[in-house]
Amino acid sequence: MAPATLLEARQLTVEFTTRGRVVHAVTEVDLDLAQGEVLAIVGESGSGKSQMLLSMLGLTAPNSRVKGSVRFDGQELLGAPEKRLNQIRARKIGYVFQDPMTSLNPYLSIGLQLAEPLRIHKKLGKAAAAAQAVEMLRAVHISEPEQRMRQYPHQLSGGMRQRVAIAMALVCGPEILIADEPTTALDVTVQAQVLSLLREARERLGTAVILVTHDLGVIAELADRVNVMYAGRIVEKGTVEDIFYRRRHPYTEALENSIPDLSDSRATPLVAIEGNPPDLSAVPAGCAFHPRCPYRLAMCDQAVPPLEAVDENHSKACFYQGELGRGAKAGG
Amino acid sequence: MSETILSVRDLCVYFEIRDEGWFPEKKLLRAVDGVSFDLEAGETLGVVGESGCGKSTLARAIVALVPATSGEIRFDGQNLVGLDAEQLRQQRRHLQIIFQDPLASLDPRMTVGEIIGEPLRSFFPRMSAAERRTKVIEIMQRVGLMAGYINRYPHEFSGGQAQRIGIARALILHPEVVVCDEPVSALDVSIKAQIVNLLMELQQVYGISLLFVAHDLASVRHISHRVLVLYLGKVMELADSDAIYRAPRHPYTQSLIHAVPVADPRQARARPAKGLEGEPPSPIDPPSGCVFRTRCPYAVERCAAEVPALRQVGESRVACHLAEQIQSSS
Repeated sequence: MAPATLLEARQLTVEFTTRGRVVHAVTEVDLDLAQGEVLAIVGESGSGKSQMLLSMLGLTAPNSRVKGSVRFDGQELLGAPEKRLNQIRARKIGYVFQDPMTSLNPYLSIGLQLAEPLRIHKKLGKAAAAAQAVEMLRAVHISEPEQRMRQYPHQLSGGMRQRVAIAMALVCGPEILIADEPTTALDVTVQAQVLSLLREARERLGTAVILVTHDLGVIAELADRVNVMYAGRIVEKGTVEDIFYRRRHPYTEALENSIPDLSDSRATPLVAIEGNPPDLSAVPAGCAFHPRCPYRLAMCDQAVPPLEAVDENHSKACFYQGELGRGAKAGG
Repeated sequence: MSETILSVRDLCVYFEIRDEGWFPEKKLLRAVDGVSFDLEAGETLGVVGESGCGKSTLARAIVALVPATSGEIRFDGQNLVGLDAEQLRQQRRHLQIIFQDPLASLDPRMTVGEIIGEPLRSFFPRMSAAERRTKVIEIMQRVGLMAGYINRYPHEFSGGQAQRIGIARALILHPEVVVCDEPVSALDVSIKAQIVNLLMELQQVYGISLLFVAHDLASVRHISHRVLVLYLGKVMELADSDAIYRAPRHPYTQSLIHAVPVADPRQARARPAKGLEGEPPSPIDPPSGCVFRTRCPYAVERCAAEVPALRQVGESRVACHLAEQIQSSS
């Protein structure tokens, strides 16, 4: 039996109105997250990844319009009362941001911040909450946790802050951990440490993880399934193996070709994606990727390609039905 | 090839740090501590290391944006350390820098034409406006900016385009050395590749030498002929790019390369997890002996007692007592 679906979004659309222009941040996205799985969302900046996740938790800015449906454990989240959302955000869904300083309060000691959700939501006493907070710090491999409890965020290094942010997101034992570019601001060595923490959270606590990143390397290390986003839409989704070995969307291919590989020598030129990611207030007609796509067909600027199945768990939104490989590194 | 254009010897950059407390003790932060290397004409030398390893300070010291405490930066036979402002200004024509955050490094109140043309104004005050404009347009086209953008302001550009403006400004005087301080770290994946390709192409066209500082090992691998690995302000390893990635000698280089995620799920999941624990110690109070020993899986007593000298082992120059014994397995 397939594991139960924890989180389910249907036709999720997020728009903003700024200075009279409508920004289409997220358009008609369907997303499913099963218990205990790692779902990666990949795309460039401005592809709508973060807005999609924030909108699910009712965290978008006041000038946004969110449409569609988001169900957590069968309950509708869009339009749910703030009190209910607060409970879910605190206990059920943890959120880790790219910059740990956005989730840490500079005025409060680490101990106070970590214990607070336990006291409020788990109704623990002061001592019990502090003890559990120390345990949590130990679980994210922070040395001398008792001392760290008394320190303030500015006294910690970037890597350590991100671990504290992960500890905060996990402290109430959530069912889902959303990690929004958790390692983008970190060094490779610290990135590897943070990734193994996320892996541990999944393995030990059974937490499902939504991992937002633009780094395909991070995805290859950690993800079970991958959704590729471009200009606010999901253009390809499948298992990690589908995306890396059987990819069907030209954008997915272009993304993979543009990352330098450690085994490449200097002589192999990088295959850059020409042009720039689209402005979400002026998305190209038809398939938003068509101006940058080497496989473009006549119909691509006429209609938006629907997301259609190519395999059991694999789907793509592209009219081109032929073989990819035109932009490939080898022989290309 | 191999005519040395820039020669750095025993470069040290120290900062004085005031301690907190009632009787503040002055302490030294050794950001760059005895770094030596040569940059050949037409070569790209990559500089890598974790944040706080001194790579940006090194980059800035070479173009004299931070003063060197001691040592030599020899360019064109002249030591840049200790030059007066005017002599330095003259040399800066040949030594330019590109910064990490492209938008922050462009004056928001100047047009693209003014920004790119400013070095010409400064060094050739008698050049006519028309001639300057011709040169600006020429370099804009060279770096892939449309000439029609000349009267626009920086905020109208995306990160990748802004970085092209920064590159145009650095290149307009036809410098011999361009220091690139994390030029692609803030850019999107697809744009990163465009800028890396552009820098490689410009190097071909103008024969410039690049010092390419970055923490993204894959980009460095791609663009560099040789790579210098820094840790706590000291050189750990210096070798040809191919050699350093194929057979890293220093345990720190090995860990750095091992930590890079492999964009291939089967390979990524098959390899053993043996990451580097912790983070670099403070450069105010570095470990005795080898600065890496506190995180090194191979450290022995000798490592705490004796600072390892940079020496030739195989194809690399390595600062490690145990370099011969350690297998390079990456």
